[in-house]
Amino acid sequence: MRVTVLGPASELLAPTHLPFFKGGVRAGFPSPADDYLESNIRLQDLLVEHPAATFLVRIEGDSMKGAGIHDGDIAVVDRALSPAHGKIVVAVVDGDFAVKRLIYRNGSCFLESANPAFPDIEVSESSDNAVWGVVAHVIHRLK
Amino acid sequence: MMIALADGNNFYASCERVFQPLLNGIPIVVLSNNDGCVVARSEEAKAAGVEMGVPEFKIRPLIKAHGIRVFSSNYTLYGDMSRRMHEVLSGEAPASEVYSIDEIFLDFDGIAQPEAHAARLRAKVRQWTGLPVSIGIGETKTLAKAANRLAKSHRRGSGVLRITRENREEWLRLLPVEKVWGIGRAHAARLMARKIKTALDLAWLHPEEVRDSMGLVGTRLIHELRGTPCLAIEEIAPKKKQLVCAKGFGSPLSALSEIEEALAAYTDTVAGKLRAQGSVCGAVQVFLLTNVFRPDQPQYSPSTAETIPEATNNSPELIAASRRLLRKIWRPGHQFRKVGVILHDITDSVQLDLFAPSRDRLARARLQSAVDQLDGAVRWGSMGFKDGWKLRAEHKSRRWTTELSEIPVARA
Repeated sequence: MRVTVLGPASELLAPTHLPFFKGGVRAGFPSPADDYLESNIRLQDLLVEHPAATFLVRIEGDSMKGAGIHDGDIAVVDRALSPAHGKIVVAVVDGDFAVKRLIYRNGSCFLESANPAFPDIEVSESSDNAVWGVVAHVIHRLK
Repeated sequence: MMIALADGNNFYASCERVFQPLLNGIPIVVLSNNDGCVVARSEEAKAAGVEMGVPEFKIRPLIKAHGIRVFSSNYTLYGDMSRRMHEVLSGEAPASEVYSIDEIFLDFDGIAQPEAHAARLRAKVRQWTGLPVSIGIGETKTLAKAANRLAKSHRRGSGVLRITRENREEWLRLLPVEKVWGIGRAHAARLMARKIKTALDLAWLHPEEVRDSMGLVGTRLIHELRGTPCLAIEEIAPKKKQLVCAKGFGSPLSALSEIEEALAAYTDTVAGKLRAQGSVCGAVQVFLLTNVFRPDQPQYSPSTAETIPEATNNSPELIAASRRLLRKIWRPGHQFRKVGVILHDITDSVQLDLFAPSRDRLARARLQSAVDQLDGAVRWGSMGFKDGWKLRAEHKSRRWTTELSEIPVARA
């Protein structure tokens, strides 16, 4: 008599997957609007042009009030956008993130606040290294 | 045929740096699940003498002496940054193949100036994601992989290296044989004993000379090193540090229930592989892909990862985790072409032998409650299991990109 060992019965018999019933159960009449359903408007599409390059950053402080950026707002930063004169950017200042306006003046690069109470910051290293990303949108919750 | 391999430099350490610019220039190490061993090092940490895979307690003097910053692994962050890197790169090639969390193969066929194109891609990934990558180019996957290795060691500045028919000998001579893709430690030792020390020595062997010791994979490897493409990626044994199961659907799926079913099956498959090699994993990643070649259809190819509370190889636990991740990224209204699961942070399950072979979680839970009822009369410490129930992640960075409450702060 030939015997072939297939393995322990418990392994062979134990179902790894339970049967699954596909398709829901319908009761009552289908809605006449079913055929007209479209997907919802997604704010994501409005705010995020380059998903792979987009990061959210929380704003703390009042130095950018004049540019409509308030304490507690959320900046939508799009790193795919190139920094340019006049753009609002997230910059690295002394190792920390700061939100400022990027200004090129007399061959130098400055980070400007939009509040006269705050002085400009001159960027010493090349602006490529100082700018972390360009702010594309700001999400502001009305109090 | 021309293939490029893009690979994130010191990937986990670089992910940490993107959101903490103060860490630039400072040595960093990242620890495996439960703060066990070193799984990633920045260049500075390598220079300080930290070896890959050593337990954290062994490098404490080095940490102190060099001011090394230590991080617990944050797979939620690494998974999201990996998705971003792959998304930028796959959009720049007609075909691409995600090989691991930090590596992607790109089809470079027909690209006129491959080095210049690679340099542009590298700059784009750096700008879009903040991550540094190196790109190796060659006529086969094995040569692209070799070129990538060499780019890291010999082309620090540009990060791009191409192995051509003309320069192949000179570059392969510089690549130690154990660094060749698919050469494990055992094969490397055997080759070294035969005085085959470099990739070039290996390429000069007659393919039949390695058939006995390395089988068909070895002979193909030699052909690939000589520029004849023949090694499909699936034929290389997956790296032990991660296991992948991803399959395309026969026809695109749009129902969550169907994709969940497929994902559960794939997860069970990789969990089986994990058990077969006697390992456990500490993190799970799930991704979905729509058909990029159908621009008329809405595109959505998300990916997300999580660290699991306790490293495991148990199918039900891993299936529950993958299902949780799928539900997080699931969005209706798309035709998905593929779903996949990747297990990360794979380690040997030696410390779990107490409960071998089945490592029944229920039994552990019962044991736990029994011990609890004894009210301190029995201590886990006596079993050397004091922290066994708790995940140690004392140095974990924030989930900068996936949790609204943990996003970076900018001063205004």
